[in-house]
Amino acid sequence: MIEIRFHGRGGQGTVVASKILADALAKEGNYVQAYPEFGVERRGAPVFAFIRIDSQPIYDKSRIYNPDHVVVVDPTLVEAIDVTDGLKEGGYIIINSDKRPEEFKFPDKYRVITINATEIAVKHKLGTLAAPIVNTAIVGAVVKIMNLTKLESLVEAIREGVPLRPEDNIKAAIEAYEKARKDGRHE
Amino acid sequence: MKKVIMGNHALSYGAMLSRAQVIAAYPITPQTQVVELLSEMCADGTLNAKFIKVESEHSAMAACLGASLAGARTFTATSAQGLALMHEMLHWASGGRMPVVMGNINRAMAPGWSIWTDQNDSLSERDTGWIQFYCSSNQEVLDTVIQAFKVSEKLMIPSMVILDAFSLSHTYEVVEIPEQEKVDAFLPPFQPPYRLTPEDPHAFGGLTSPDHYMEFRYKLQKDIEKVPALVEETGREYEKMFGRYLGQVDDYLCEDAELVFVTSGTAGSTARVVVDELRNKGIKAGNLRIRLFRPFPFEKVRSILSRIPKVAVLDRNVSYGHHGIFYQEVKSAMYGQPSPAAIFGFIAGLGGRDITKDDYKEIANYALKKDKPEEEIVWIGVKK
Repeated sequence: MIEIRFHGRGGQGTVVASKILADALAKEGNYVQAYPEFGVERRGAPVFAFIRIDSQPIYDKSRIYNPDHVVVVDPTLVEAIDVTDGLKEGGYIIINSDKRPEEFKFPDKYRVITINATEIAVKHKLGTLAAPIVNTAIVGAVVKIMNLTKLESLVEAIREGVPLRPEDNIKAAIEAYEKARKDGRHE
Repeated sequence: MKKVIMGNHALSYGAMLSRAQVIAAYPITPQTQVVELLSEMCADGTLNAKFIKVESEHSAMAACLGASLAGARTFTATSAQGLALMHEMLHWASGGRMPVVMGNINRAMAPGWSIWTDQNDSLSERDTGWIQFYCSSNQEVLDTVIQAFKVSEKLMIPSMVILDAFSLSHTYEVVEIPEQEKVDAFLPPFQPPYRLTPEDPHAFGGLTSPDHYMEFRYKLQKDIEKVPALVEETGREYEKMFGRYLGQVDDYLCEDAELVFVTSGTAGSTARVVVDELRNKGIKAGNLRIRLFRPFPFEKVRSILSRIPKVAVLDRNVSYGHHGIFYQEVKSAMYGQPSPAAIFGFIAGLGGRDITKDDYKEIANYALKKDKPEEEIVWIGVKK
């Protein structure tokens, strides 16, 4: 079982990101359980989304306290909250950021990866310049780094699940998939 | 076809596949996305049903009753205070023998205002004469709606299909959506034995004198007593067509258990994981998840628990001044049985507080350590 926690801000599509990932995983026969933070969402406030992935049916319906990996959709959250709360040793911290991984001060036991999903989203005109929708790009990077699904499954999931401009979202996801690197280096 | 859907939509798909003909709902909180998706299905023609938007949950159920009486297959959904507002109409549905199926999202009752899960909303309607199913996965929600229509229409008794707020309602899981043709074969159109029609006039809900009232209630009780056997039969028929079985209870590794958790809802799913973990440590645990709560599956519960030394009942509800409600029911079922088990009552997870695997381990430790309950209620996770 793999457990992942997404950190974003209300309005960025963080919950949708986890749903797209769930769709892509289900296409390859995985069992998935994806849920948002249980509560009322407010635009701009920190939000969470969670996903469990397994090859077997998932019976555990309690909350995720010790994720294997975390994904930070909004880089300003790194300063605002502890995104490593409960994170397992060796876990990835994938951050949407133009910085290099080593510029973030996290303990050595984590593997920090950065991907400039905002730049990719802006390039493909997803959302607005002030509030780009980065979720499809970030999921592209997540799928690549964690080796979760084939790119085709993700593309199919976006085509079926994203109602607004799916083709541009697919391009963003593919670009992030190709740019994301496990060694954390930028091209 | 497999789809990743939330529990709310599992209810919607269940109603769609059952070809509900009338859906009445009040579309404001505490309503959920159940009827939002159904209204879209009605609007785009996916579902050939009349969607009636009303001004309160009381009216929603009243509209359902009129439609059901006229012979339509009828569905609605609600939650918490919305269900409470329906209370009067719930008695009309069962007393008038109208087989409405309703989804209820288990949300805690206000005050304080809550949108998080516990069972006090639906359990407060325990004695209204409705059949109640408690579900633990989105697949089970969808499958239960279809089977509930079959059971309800056969006995002319309404059903509530119940799921936890958030833990199921807003949680996405992989759900096998059955083919419409197969569901049609399993669930033929609703053919009521009598209905409201000018062609064959009847009076419904008239003044009923002491000469007759008691017989109506006796018949309701006698018919609802048929539900456990019918749920098994319907479950087996469904299994033959769709490969998934749902019965009155879901029992897991109970045969040789020294300790059995009695659970319901999503907490009853997590319990299964804990059972595996305890067994890995050499503790023979089991899990009896109760699906059918009304009528209470006495025979099934007795046959499973009669040889179990320790029974730990977990309630996500409380009957103030008494115990957890499932605890009451289990004790009542086991009264007078040979070699009675030690039955412990625990309350956890009110108002959406998470019921964790550690909570279950605390429960197991308590029940295994003591010969018999020393407290009326053992509260788990209450901040001191």
